Amino acid sequence: MKLDTSGLESFSTLTAPGDGVVVEFSAPPSFQLPNSNDFDGFVKEAIQMVKPAKGTTTLAFIFKDGVIVAADSRASMGGYISSQSVKKIIEINPYMLGTMAGGAADCQFWHRNLGIKCRLHELANKRRISVTGASKLLANILYSYRGMGLSVGTMIAGWDETGPSLYYVDSEGGRLKGTRFSVGSGSPYAYGVLDNGYRYDLSVEEAVELGRRAIYHATFRDGASGGVVSVYHVGPEGWKKWTGDDVGDLHYQYYPVVPSTVEQEMAEATGA
Amino acid sequence: MSIFEYNGSALVAMVGKNCFAIASDRRLGVQLQTIATDFQRISKIHDKLFIGLSGLATDAQTLYQRLVFRHKLYQLREERDMKPETFASLVSALLYEKRFGPYFCQPVIAGLGDEDKPFICTMDSIGAKELAKDFVVAGTASESLYGACESMFKPDMEPEELFETISQALLSSVDRDCLSGWGGHVYVVTPTEVKERILKGRMD
Repeated sequence: MKLDTSGLESFSTLTAPGDGVVVEFSAPPSFQLPNSNDFDGFVKEAIQMVKPAKGTTTLAFIFKDGVIVAADSRASMGGYISSQSVKKIIEINPYMLGTMAGGAADCQFWHRNLGIKCRLHELANKRRISVTGASKLLANILYSYRGMGLSVGTMIAGWDETGPSLYYVDSEGGRLKGTRFSVGSGSPYAYGVLDNGYRYDLSVEEAVELGRRAIYHATFRDGASGGVVSVYHVGPEGWKKWTGDDVGDLHYQYYPVVPSTVEQEMAEATGA
Repeated sequence: MSIFEYNGSALVAMVGKNCFAIASDRRLGVQLQTIATDFQRISKIHDKLFIGLSGLATDAQTLYQRLVFRHKLYQLREERDMKPETFASLVSALLYEKRFGPYFCQPVIAGLGDEDKPFICTMDSIGAKELAKDFVVAGTASESLYGACESMFKPDMEPEELFETISQALLSSVDRDCLSGWGGHVYVVTPTEVKERILKGRMD
């Protein structure tokens, strides 16, 4: 058996090991670089040109029964809402979830890529990859593209041999372990609700509601967040989607409109 | 980001049969942050004349105060209300006064004129009048409003149908705009009455 160290190797020196199929997938994807004298300037301009869909609220937190992962579903380009039904929680495998903030294409591509790497790890080692390992795999890839305009802000959450686990990974190369994260333009609002309502000994139902509430409040205040609030729970048996509520209905569920009382009815004036 | 999009807004006015409707969203934001969801963008000048001011909220309020002041002076001198056409010229003149440092507002004016003939018009921030027979739109959701109005508007609608049309056009348009929405405010004006309604909308 061979140890898969592809996450540690730098891409230029990678030589194809083993058989064809594994090579194709385990080899890091390579991209053609622009042939320009001013590479940094070119990349800077290119980033502006493909300015990706931004504006999101995602959160995840660990509690006694596992991890909660929640997100909104809006995609916006400047002020324009390009979609209200984006899947921002990416199912990497039955025990691991990733969240999407920043560039949609960058997140989708690298999460799919991570999914492949995790599956290969599973086949090679006959056991599932740890969340620590998976997040490091992603962080190392993102770090190798640092400064080239990738835009990814993600949380990797899941249940492995060590229990529930949560990491924050971004395209600047950062990788943080923690119990409570929120990412995206709506994250300050979500943190407000989350920090206020968080306890480690929350029940699953309470935790799901806390996640839903935090995302809802973020969609209310943040113009770039909205659509549907999805909430997932990851326990020892893997992840399960708990709720997917449209904010249009959720608002009036939380805050029903009370019909205003008429203070005084208009009446014909009597007398002179 | 343009200063016109700093607070976010959506404004629309439509003409019906001997009536008109004017509607706006209710959001006041600072860029993407929603500050208030009960903001007034449409103001009454008199019973048959309304103005909506899209764009920068501070300028909208200042401009509104100046317009009310000028209209009151007119009422005192002439002992009558202003005709919508006259009022539009007044707004235009006030805006052009600030040709080289404009109010960052795009007004929508709607009123009933002589023999209750509906009048609607819009302007750019330096007072170029644009009269229309059917509908006018303004604000950050103006592009989607054009689309909605273009497909939903019919000539000579009765007040009830006009209310339904303008409300649906407004609500569907702001659902495609990050900076406007959070409910709606609709006025339907006929020669005999003014109906004001608050619309429930998506709060995201």
